[in-house]
Amino acid sequence: MAEYLMVNSGHNRDDQASKLGMWLFLFTELLLFGGLFLVYSVYRYMNQEAFLQASLHLNIAMGTVNTAVLLTSSLTVAMSVSAMQKGNIKVSINLLILTLLFACTFLVIKYFEWSAKIGHGLFPGMEHYNMLEPGEKLFFFLYYFMTGLHGLHVIIGGIFIGIVIRKIKTGKVRPDRYILLENAGLYWHLVDIIWIFLFPLFYLIH
Amino acid sequence: MSNENNNTISFYETGKGIFSWIFTLDHKRIALLYLYSVATFFLVGATLGILMRLELLSPGSDLMHAKTYNQIFTLHGVIMIFLFIIPSIPAVFGNFFLPIMIGTDDVAFPKLNLLSWWLYIIGAMFALSTLLFGDGPADTGWTFYAPYSVKTGTNVSMAVLAAFILGFSSILTGLNFIVTIHRLRLPGMGWFQMPLFPWALYATSWIQVLATPIIGITLLMIIAERVIGIGLFDPALGGDPILYQHLFWIYSHPAVYIMALPAMGIVSELIPTFSHRTIFGYKAIAYSSMAIAFIGYFVWGHHMFTSGMSGDARVIFSVLTFLVAVPSAIKVFNWVATLYKGSIELKTPMLYALAFIFQFLIGGLTGLVNGALATDIHLHDTYFVVGHFHYVMFGGTGFAFIGALHYWFPKIYGKMYNEKIAKTGFTFLFTGFNILYFTMLILGIKGMPRRYYDYLPEFQPLHVIATVGSWILFTGLIIIIVNLIRSKRKGPAAPRNPWGGVTLEWQVPSPPPLQNFDKKPILSKKGPYDFK
Repeated sequence: MAEYLMVNSGHNRDDQASKLGMWLFLFTELLLFGGLFLVYSVYRYMNQEAFLQASLHLNIAMGTVNTAVLLTSSLTVAMSVSAMQKGNIKVSINLLILTLLFACTFLVIKYFEWSAKIGHGLFPGMEHYNMLEPGEKLFFFLYYFMTGLHGLHVIIGGIFIGIVIRKIKTGKVRPDRYILLENAGLYWHLVDIIWIFLFPLFYLIH
Repeated sequence: MSNENNNTISFYETGKGIFSWIFTLDHKRIALLYLYSVATFFLVGATLGILMRLELLSPGSDLMHAKTYNQIFTLHGVIMIFLFIIPSIPAVFGNFFLPIMIGTDDVAFPKLNLLSWWLYIIGAMFALSTLLFGDGPADTGWTFYAPYSVKTGTNVSMAVLAAFILGFSSILTGLNFIVTIHRLRLPGMGWFQMPLFPWALYATSWIQVLATPIIGITLLMIIAERVIGIGLFDPALGGDPILYQHLFWIYSHPAVYIMALPAMGIVSELIPTFSHRTIFGYKAIAYSSMAIAFIGYFVWGHHMFTSGMSGDARVIFSVLTFLVAVPSAIKVFNWVATLYKGSIELKTPMLYALAFIFQFLIGGLTGLVNGALATDIHLHDTYFVVGHFHYVMFGGTGFAFIGALHYWFPKIYGKMYNEKIAKTGFTFLFTGFNILYFTMLILGIKGMPRRYYDYLPEFQPLHVIATVGSWILFTGLIIIIVNLIRSKRKGPAAPRNPWGGVTLEWQVPSPPPLQNFDKKPILSKKGPYDFK
């Protein structure tokens, strides 16, 4: 019997499938944060005054700088994909390293923000926090929970980009096979876009 | 594929040893890994159910204390929902037959598929570990309602973490199937040349991908609240327990369709095969799967009619609930119309399909009784609700699962099962099931509340009947399982197409080789159900 060769095998390389899979995964991430946005809006509606008071504790300058940093990192990762498409492997790697530096900057600023709050006793369980009224407590809890979860995504995205850098260096990601880089870029944009929503919700609404 | 070894040996013979199974990338082997895992957990869950029925044989605390009873029904729920029903049909039969039915050799992401199974096993271990330490398994009910779930001393955090991990596993399966269906259909197979089981899986997968993250984040919030004690859902600290219920049901109602839709897909395969007639209203069934998935997102509020919601919201949720019954009814009418003038062959899988229609009808209609605002006030949190969802979940999905197991048994194992014993098993299961759960419906109308180990003496006769039903049901299960295990060992060899089916899995050898197809699959021009 002649061997039947499958053209539509699941083991074939299929960049479109990888991309589709990545998009579906991004949907799940959006919905994960969506649940938190829902909780945030309900409690904001229920405790408007307290949320306003609590949000005044946040440092708008640091938040703004972080927004700029993260937006720029989204630009560099997009440029890295373009560089790879054009065959400039070196440029592509450098742009990814730049992205990682921005990611670290973001996390360092975040660290100073959090430690300033914690230094003031504004963390669940600490004395200053315990004296807040319930609405303000909820605000801070959501602040830590949502920016914390986002921070975790920054770290995961950073690791993802790190893996891609390695794969470019070993030649597994190259100008004719760069779907992994593109997916890392997509993930990084997600991290960015979630921050775009977190920033006004916590820092800007007055 | 790289290893072009000869494609005539079955997938059982392509590798030996335990590692060739637990690290396999073959969708068929992963499906069997899932089959043995979910079957094990099903038996554990069923045993817990039998214990509950035994406790309820007479009023008062006979076998166990109130707290033990609470833990047992919670564990029963968690195991049956997260470890059995949600993965059951998609992860077992979806994994095995989706690629074959659409004419390919594997799912789109084989490694992700293996990862799903591993996550499932890790989640299962976490869930069972609650038995071993601290104050024992959660006693909150599988819904983990706040504020009790953030206050009880039992191992809620671990149980919730398990559900989170299992959710991840379910998401990855759904994601994999969507991409598989989009990208790997046989050239020439358009969307409407696809059989209806893949259609049902497609609709299910979207729910898995889009609803599961909500429960994930909600469960994380429960853990955070338990660890930090913040009052997110605790009214004493300014939180809103109703918000928890909303978040929980935003996932968990669509999840009901994760459980039901694949079963409907199975029935849509069984009915035409054993009526030897093309399915009636193919497109209506395909579209109604998508409609159920879509409308199913917007009905969650009907779980909360009595827990505090505005009158307007209740009316809207009630209307939407009635709306989601329409596509379900469309399917039932199409199945029945397929039977009409068909040449019906009452083989065991067909008996399960017919039992499905009968029981799903009862389950669906009692669902509408719950979905109506006035009657729900009377029936909420009674045995009527318990009876209703067991009619849908067990009488529907459970029966479809066992039906599918018989239907595809020859394909999976290359052996025929013993028809006579299978029918005996079915008779016990069907009889026991209806005695057990129909009695629950009556008990509920009479006012027996759910989730109590104790009851008023006037309810005893009905409880005795239900418990006896549970014994008959369990006997049926044992007969079925013993028969299948015995047939796998000693049954006569199965041909390629024992039932005269027309979907692609009947064109491949039984059991299939590693790459599924040993020759080019032939697609009928007249669609997937062309019985000429």
